[in-house]
Amino acid sequence: MRVTVVQFLGSNCDHDVIQWSKDIFRMPTEVVWYTESDLRKPDLVLLPGGFSYGDYLRPGAMASRTPAIESVIDFAKSGGLVLGICNGFQILCECGLLPGALLRNSSLHFICRDLYLKAGNKKTPFTNKIPDGKLLRVPIAHGDGNYFCDEETAKALESEGRVAFRYVSPEGKIDPEWNPNGSMSGIAGILSEKKNVLGMMPHPERASDKALGCEDGRLIFESVISHLES
Amino acid sequence: MKARIYVFLKPKVLDPQGKAIEKALSTLGFEEVKSVRAGKFFEVETGDVPPGKEEETLREYCRKLLVNAVIEDYRIEVIEK
Repeated sequence: MRVTVVQFLGSNCDHDVIQWSKDIFRMPTEVVWYTESDLRKPDLVLLPGGFSYGDYLRPGAMASRTPAIESVIDFAKSGGLVLGICNGFQILCECGLLPGALLRNSSLHFICRDLYLKAGNKKTPFTNKIPDGKLLRVPIAHGDGNYFCDEETAKALESEGRVAFRYVSPEGKIDPEWNPNGSMSGIAGILSEKKNVLGMMPHPERASDKALGCEDGRLIFESVISHLES
Repeated sequence: MKARIYVFLKPKVLDPQGKAIEKALSTLGFEEVKSVRAGKFFEVETGDVPPGKEEETLREYCRKLLVNAVIEDYRIEVIEK
């Protein structure tokens, strides 16, 4: 599996995802600068977290209008797999590959903590290796992760199995106390119509190494590997 | 051309920033304050724009970058052609 990581001015989790792909999973990993159009024939594109363009205007707004993202849009439209994490999720919403928008956290606080995620659909390229009943413990670190979309889109996301992850309590229940940012229906990540694009606020790359205290995030990368092998 | 562009959150979108400002005003003793919504304001200056195309040009700026139509509405004002 060939992986391409897109780097923007202000990305700060680029090396986290490079390490995820290259060091933990030993995948050939290319790094593409945002001004480049050539994605170097990837099987998976990773859009890292951070504060591209200092979050000016709206988080992800300026990054979503760059040559690299134009190529990512073409790649996704031809069925390529794209995973956007945190700022990467914001960029995917801003460029139109995913519906809705990520607003300021309802508490107005930047929140950095571990949370529990429940997969909403396990028949996707990003979730197929998650065992039944398994919750993923993965950290979040964001100030703008409050997912919002109109009612029609919300209905479509639910009925088409496009809610990839929800924030839940350690017992796996949807509970406002475990929703960190005010996201509608506790949404932590969503999929595109064809389910080849995933955007999520939590950071699986920061929970994929024993040394970091948790390896649940590995399941997402392993799902992609298994999907491409099948 | 010189223009002003006002961008504000759609009424259905919660505005926690506006709420915090609203509470701060109340705390300062301005008890009459009922609601505050925060928005953005851009002053734009351009070179020549074809006469009659000013508003269309500004709307294009909004559509392509300045406004996220999922959550925001906007209003434009041409100050000088």
